[in-house]
Amino acid sequence: MPARPVLYSYFRSSCAWRVRIALALKGIDYETVPVNLIKDGGQQFSKEFQTLNPMKQVPALKIDGITIGQSLAIIEYLEETRPTPRLLPQDPQKKAIVRMISDLIASGIQPLQNLSVLKQVGEEKQLPWAQEAITSGFNALEQILRSTAGKYCVGDEVSMADLCLVPQVANAQRFKVDLSHYPTICQINKALLALEAFQVSHPSRQPDTPAELRA
Amino acid sequence: MTDKPVLYSYFRSSCAWRVRIALALKGIDYETVPVNLIKDGGQQFSKEFQTLNPMKQVPALKIDGITIGQSLAIIEYLEETRPTPRLLPQDPQKKAIVRMISDLIASGIQPLQNLSVLKQVGEEKQLPWAQEAITSGFNALEQILRSTAGKYCVGDEVSMADLCLVPQVANAQRFKVDLSHYPTICQINKALLALEAFQVSHPSRQPDTPAELRA
Repeated sequence: MPARPVLYSYFRSSCAWRVRIALALKGIDYETVPVNLIKDGGQQFSKEFQTLNPMKQVPALKIDGITIGQSLAIIEYLEETRPTPRLLPQDPQKKAIVRMISDLIASGIQPLQNLSVLKQVGEEKQLPWAQEAITSGFNALEQILRSTAGKYCVGDEVSMADLCLVPQVANAQRFKVDLSHYPTICQINKALLALEAFQVSHPSRQPDTPAELRA
Repeated sequence: MTDKPVLYSYFRSSCAWRVRIALALKGIDYETVPVNLIKDGGQQFSKEFQTLNPMKQVPALKIDGITIGQSLAIIEYLEETRPTPRLLPQDPQKKAIVRMISDLIASGIQPLQNLSVLKQVGEEKQLPWAQEAITSGFNALEQILRSTAGKYCVGDEVSMADLCLVPQVANAQRFKVDLSHYPTICQINKALLALEAFQVSHPSRQPDTPAELRA
């Protein structure tokens, strides 16, 4: 009898949230092992966690006998091994657009405003730095979505792109980015947050959510 | 009769190089439209290019009637529509590892040391900043490769992970990173550079390679 998958997660990590949404959408029951990115100098730097995931980041998913890091690699694996409901369109061109939007966020925005980078930038400059990374990316994303979006990022089916969008909008709010310039992003974000999978996976509802932030 | 695909590329862009390798490996004939990231304040910022690719980045590939940005989204599209030779293993777990390694580089290292970020960091701090991003990522990558590598990153077949590795090593050399700490990375890099696809796609052999850097 196979053990449940184990997700190494931090409640506030936008990358971990992407995977939590995927697991919820696909109805995959899993165990959470919280990794606090701030406490104890950052639990991701423990020898134990580093052995599990040399990248010293969350999320990591232990599943089917292997451990996978990198949120999109995890999601693609879930898509291939637990294909319903679908998170990638069947049409190769629509699929390419979903991946492009996902990468725009997961490579083009989030890494530039993650914890390690902000530490290096220094406290004074953190806010403008993060805002620049996000507005720059959202300017492009808003433009792209105007031609790709239906109800969601690409047409009317929830896809991997949507899993990336919602957590990034939450980051944008945390960094006080003016979202009024991004009506399409906001509209899609609102539609997605109405779905159960985006709610149960929310940072405010995790096993490691601090009491004062709990929904 | 369909037009040849068009690749918007800069000779030195590591992201564009990944796609050039894929096109070479798959024997896809294409046209290059050079986008100089430095001249004229950066040709990627032209109104014309921004309409084509709102992300204002290379690479972008115009193919089969659509334009795709983000190197890995492009490569995955090529893999699906021109499946031989294969760039992703058939086994879902090996495939996940290939994507994880690709994302480690394409999300975890390269964006942190790309042109826009280095501009923001400022001239004095550029070199140590880039070196930190690369060494941090290569520390993790070296550790991972020790369990995944055969002749190449994942076993003995060239995969998308290898397409990401070689250009990132070239970046590391450009930023004078001490590669002696990364014997597995170096060994794989050397094996890959012996392959024709990695040579014809090399920055020193592009239509827009400056005369003084031409091979």
